[in-house]
Amino acid sequence: MADTHKPASPPSPEAPNPDIDAYAHEAELETHLQTKRMYVNMGPSHPAMHGTVRMKVELEGENIAESDCEIGFLHRGFQKSCENVTWTQCLPYTDRLNYVSAMMNNFGFLNAVEKLIGLEIPERAQYIRVIGSELHRIHDHLTCVGATGMELGGFAPFLFAVEARELIMDRVAELTGARLTTNFGRIGGMNRDLPEGWIEKVHKTLDKVMELVTEIDGLLTRNRIFVDRTKDTGVISAEDAIDYGWTGPCLRACGINYDIRKAKPYWVYDRFDFDIPIGERGDNFDRYLMRIEEMKQSERILRQALKTIPGGPIILDDWRIALPPKPEVYGTIEGVISHFKLVMEGIQVPAGEVYDATEAANGELGWYMVSDGGGRPYKVHVRAPGYPILSAVPSIIKGKMLADLIPTFDTINMIGGEVEQ
Amino acid sequence: MDRVTAQFPEAVAERYLDRTGGAWAVIHAEHLPKVAAFLKNELDFKLFTSIDAVDRLHLAENDPRFEVVYFIYSLSRHEHVRLKVRVSEANPELPSITPIFKGANWWERFVWDFYGIRFTGHPDLRRVLLYEEFQGHPLRKDYAMRDRQPLIPERPIKDIFRGPGTSGVS
Repeated sequence: MADTHKPASPPSPEAPNPDIDAYAHEAELETHLQTKRMYVNMGPSHPAMHGTVRMKVELEGENIAESDCEIGFLHRGFQKSCENVTWTQCLPYTDRLNYVSAMMNNFGFLNAVEKLIGLEIPERAQYIRVIGSELHRIHDHLTCVGATGMELGGFAPFLFAVEARELIMDRVAELTGARLTTNFGRIGGMNRDLPEGWIEKVHKTLDKVMELVTEIDGLLTRNRIFVDRTKDTGVISAEDAIDYGWTGPCLRACGINYDIRKAKPYWVYDRFDFDIPIGERGDNFDRYLMRIEEMKQSERILRQALKTIPGGPIILDDWRIALPPKPEVYGTIEGVISHFKLVMEGIQVPAGEVYDATEAANGELGWYMVSDGGGRPYKVHVRAPGYPILSAVPSIIKGKMLADLIPTFDTINMIGGEVEQ
Repeated sequence: MDRVTAQFPEAVAERYLDRTGGAWAVIHAEHLPKVAAFLKNELDFKLFTSIDAVDRLHLAENDPRFEVVYFIYSLSRHEHVRLKVRVSEANPELPSITPIFKGANWWERFVWDFYGIRFTGHPDLRRVLLYEEFQGHPLRKDYAMRDRQPLIPERPIKDIFRGPGTSGVS
């Protein structure tokens, strides 16, 4: 450890001696305060930061001289696990990448596999995927905004966010049977159809949720403390953000208009009317505003999708991809064989490779997959949006105050599951 | 890709447009920084997406063993491009492109961590998700799924202050 302190003047024999000279202490008033670099370990689980991560911070006074970000505390071998199970069995693992917007990860994985096989899924399934994704986008942003408010001292916005999340989670539970990790999609379509009366319920839920979002917006956006602590902190320039590979709301806060839903529309996103909010300064406050605005845009998409959702099948009628219906399994030999082959060997994905990306809550969720033609993935690479964003944190907080680390860490919304795979 | 081939005919070994529409090219390792800089500065492929490697041990065509894949995106043209570099098992080493793309820093550490491919010129090549004492590189196909690691002793942390009291310092 380098002690940077050098005494202003080394003690010399003529220096006043406090033992014999009563006025010797007056000299201390003239000298500089003793300063040296202090090392602070934040985390792995630090109460001021949501997420399991360790920041080794070297402080000079209150400013961050150096910092090192250590991740890997949640690593569970996502890629290795996927390479040893069938394509369908990967689905529960994908949910756990981002545990506050499970459906988006799930559908992103499916989208890439379907592209690799060359499937076009039924229209109704595409609508259900849009609805599920946008519900979970609101859910994810609520978590981030609420936690940001709480970690900067406002507890009420967090409670409102939790209440709104609870409403969404109830709808998700009715839809999928699970609250957080839904495992809802299947290759070629969806697991099951919308429950009866669910669409009206979602409309009502959205009314209430948006009311709460407006409440959070009102409590935070003009709050003096919140604005002072987030504005002009954690600033990153647009060039740097691109260079680091930022995507999603964090990149758009720098003024770059890049959203995969608009740039390369997938599913039925091109049929809906919505805007992409763009920021200016790339600071924490802009990143917070992006999320508030995106929730409002997600609501617009949801309302349109719920109104225009068509009827029809929700999964392909192809027994090489989807499990046959139970009467066929129990009644016909073809059904039994298909069921057995799908369960034991998995879906046979033709050999080849694909890179496909969807717009998850935090940005571009990319999947690179290599298939060797068998029922199991040869290689599954996930490009989690949080990983490049987190890698830029040590550089954007260098030289800034320790207190600025907290809002910066909040608004980039690091999710341990996806960053640490 | 045409412009890359026109500019550096000696660098490109193979070119493909796979059936999902992805364009990619296999580049010789020594030309990688040059091609990456050309893509970034001349062709506007600025958004650095990610890096990963494929261990081709069980694939039909498996020599050289590793294939490192670079994903770069152009914000103005909305186009993805994939660069691939093949690395042998005996000498898994590549030039780092961190000086060109800052975002490559952590991804190169990731590839080092899980595949054991070294990047020369990387400013800080450490493991990123696993701990320093971890033996082997777990995403290699010959690393067994159920392999276990030995326990490691507690690491000494310098300047640690464990709280007041004489027994606090160990």
